[in-house]
Amino acid sequence: MDMNEIKEIFFQECEEQLAELESGLLKLNDGDRDPETVNAVFRAVHSIKGGAGAFGLEELVAFAHVFETTLDCVRSNKLEPNQDVLKVMLRSADVLADLVTCSRDGGSVEESRTRGLVKELEALANGEAPPAAEAPKAAKPAAAPAATPTDDSGFQPIPFTFDGFGEEEDAVEQFTYEVTFKPARELYAKGNEAALLLRDLSRLGEMSIACDTDQLPALESMDPEASYFGWKISITTPKSEDEVRAVFEFAEWDCELEVKLAEVSADEELPMVPVPFDLSALDEEPAEIVEPQPKAVAAVEAVSSVAKAVNAAVEKKESAAAAAAAATQNNAVAAASSAGQTIRVDLDRVDRLINLVGELVINQAMLSQSVVENDTNGTSNINMGLEELQQLTREIQDSVMAIRAQPVKPVFQRMSRIVREVADMVGKQIRLVTEGENTEVDKTVIDKIAEPLTHMIRNAVDHGIESPEKREAAGKDPEGTIKLSAKHRSGRILIELIDDGGGINRERVKQKAIDNDLISPDANLSDEEIDNLIFAPGFSTADKISDISGRGVGMDVVKRSIQALGGRISISSRPGLGSTFTMSLPLTLAVLDGMVVTVAGQTLVVPLTAIVETLQPEASAIHSFGANQRLISIRNSFCPLVDVGRILNFRANQANPVEGVALLVESEGGGQRALMVDAIQGQRQVVIKSLEANYTHVPGIAAATILGDGRVALILDVDAVVGASRGQSLKPEMSLAAAG
Amino acid sequence: MSVSYAVKSLSQGSRELIAFRIGDQEFCVNIMSVREIRGWTQATPMPHAPPYVMGVINLRGAVLPIIDMSARLGMKQAEPTARHVIIVAQVKSKVVGLLVEAVSDILTITDDNIQPVPEISSDLEKQYARGILAIDTRMICLIELDALFPEKAHDKESEAA
Repeated sequence: MDMNEIKEIFFQECEEQLAELESGLLKLNDGDRDPETVNAVFRAVHSIKGGAGAFGLEELVAFAHVFETTLDCVRSNKLEPNQDVLKVMLRSADVLADLVTCSRDGGSVEESRTRGLVKELEALANGEAPPAAEAPKAAKPAAAPAATPTDDSGFQPIPFTFDGFGEEEDAVEQFTYEVTFKPARELYAKGNEAALLLRDLSRLGEMSIACDTDQLPALESMDPEASYFGWKISITTPKSEDEVRAVFEFAEWDCELEVKLAEVSADEELPMVPVPFDLSALDEEPAEIVEPQPKAVAAVEAVSSVAKAVNAAVEKKESAAAAAAAATQNNAVAAASSAGQTIRVDLDRVDRLINLVGELVINQAMLSQSVVENDTNGTSNINMGLEELQQLTREIQDSVMAIRAQPVKPVFQRMSRIVREVADMVGKQIRLVTEGENTEVDKTVIDKIAEPLTHMIRNAVDHGIESPEKREAAGKDPEGTIKLSAKHRSGRILIELIDDGGGINRERVKQKAIDNDLISPDANLSDEEIDNLIFAPGFSTADKISDISGRGVGMDVVKRSIQALGGRISISSRPGLGSTFTMSLPLTLAVLDGMVVTVAGQTLVVPLTAIVETLQPEASAIHSFGANQRLISIRNSFCPLVDVGRILNFRANQANPVEGVALLVESEGGGQRALMVDAIQGQRQVVIKSLEANYTHVPGIAAATILGDGRVALILDVDAVVGASRGQSLKPEMSLAAAG
Repeated sequence: MSVSYAVKSLSQGSRELIAFRIGDQEFCVNIMSVREIRGWTQATPMPHAPPYVMGVINLRGAVLPIIDMSARLGMKQAEPTARHVIIVAQVKSKVVGLLVEAVSDILTITDDNIQPVPEISSDLEKQYARGILAIDTRMICLIELDALFPEKAHDKESEAA
């Protein structure tokens, strides 16, 4: 595994941590005061910082550090996480997410944003009179863009640079720190090694060290994997306390660590006397702390200090009534270790499995078919076995599909940030309520839905919800509500976006449509039709183009991207009460609902989402137009008739429309066409197979599928066929790229 | 590309080739590029396909294009029967099915057995023929599939069609 792969994993984990962070902060925002929530938030930031440090992403480390420090104040109850504090935190989470993105994709976050937040975070950390241990941390974030040089507690920050390790530091003031370090068994279990940490520490400056063997039990009662030793170190170094702490960065969760500035720095030769631990270390001791590492050493030491150890054990028992703080910490560790019950699997592998299972289903169907044909007596054991096989294969198929399914939660979470940002920008108060965020849908769908959803959310905030004043005037809560919900309905996922804003101003929409030549001034439209005008290409109701929405792209783009996913979108609106956008999407892009049709003896599949209606043309409805064009009149409007067999070169002459069926389709660019096919076989869900994998792109064909009889059927690319009927040639690429 | 170079570029020592029959001619390809051999099944015709692309079939869930080797090599179009076979072969990153009349032999040969293609060949033959094998009284033409289905097919296509 090379560095880039590891980095990629880090960024993936960052995404998870950021999601964790945001959901934690939102929980706090809703009044949750569970210490575990605070811990989860803290852990998320801490993990990002740790990982970023390993990859030398200094900007990220610096910001995460300041953020972490402030969160630490919340964790230690020095800072009350009220609304104002959480606002800053949420914005910090956003910046942190941006920094992660920038670190991954390049680019940079506006420095003013970072700096401003760093200041705010520091103010929070300092403002609530944090004790001396906290203040210096906040006051001099490692390499932070804006390290503030002052501090209330009178502590003098030490200037330093990141690459200062090899530089001369003779002019720099020396500090002496007392470091107490007591590893827990997890530290060793995770492959850390106390000796290496101590060695790293020793590189910072002059150090004297004493080993504390008080915890050592009698040899016979010793757990070989337990951790019994602690160390008391006195180190004189020009480095800051943070840098000293940084040595233990990755072990911090698994040890008792105390770093403080020594009162007297003269005492270079510290006597080799074991130093007592703080109480919480003892509380945690009994069952928890174990160590796989220094077995041999421990054994030897054990013999020499049996008596001492017995005493210590008694002492431990006495103080075993664990303090609340220690208990919380234990829970935190437990939660952290139980969190990762997932594995990362390459999508290709899953897809391969899905393919194979799909094939199994087809094979099983073919087998059943031939058994039925050869077995007149339908009650044989073979038949019963086959039925069971059928059930099993269906179940396998469902479970395999479920592997690709993911909850929509991450996308919904991203939306809350957008609501926050946009609402701030336009000065509105808006609350986002999400529902059904654990509804699962195929990963590809999730990835592709984020963009249109973002656009719609922006629209809802910008245009949907009114300003607080207007809302109050209308007798509504000044705080607007946007509800985003997801649910499964009849094999599809239904996503609803409901705002309690002003609803669609039909008069204005209609006027706009008339101005933009979308409808004629005397058109008589139903309310629903007017509402749906906002999906028309080139329609934008915003009177002035704002920064947020209406940059020329409108709801038509949203509609198109939803359609590209095989979905549908509609709107219903009640004036004064708000609008509801409803999106219905397929659960997976691996299958498609299609109309199976026959064209010139071939079986084709037409995506159902493209079909508006089907009809049996009457001879009287067909009109010739020009040399070889034909139009069909449908309810008094004329629609070009497109012979699919002719367009695809399946036959030389146009078929007689009266003998076939017309599928009225709506194409991407708007406009309807009637596609002529010979017959409709039925409606079916088909598995999409790539043609490009072994062949080449074929104009007019979107993909292929395999029908129940095991044969390949082609899926029609409706947009390309409609385009071809407009005169854009379906260029037959005469390459045998087949093979090439 | 000179013939001698082409012969040399094939791997050293002995190797196995799979020989197949089209009409009264025999051809062979490197066995390493052959994935499997299967019977003919009706293919689904592709719109706008060149004449030698018979269509696509379902190969255990993958869409496999079927190439009429007879037409591809400039002979008459095949009329597939149940006795025709499809050689499933890997050509670069893609998998294609080659429709031939029959698989006739598996040959183990050394480079010495391969004679250069005579200079009289037409462009089309030059494009794919990499040598000629004399086995008993038979003459078998060694084909390089990669050359037959080049990545950039457009310019080569005009010659072939």
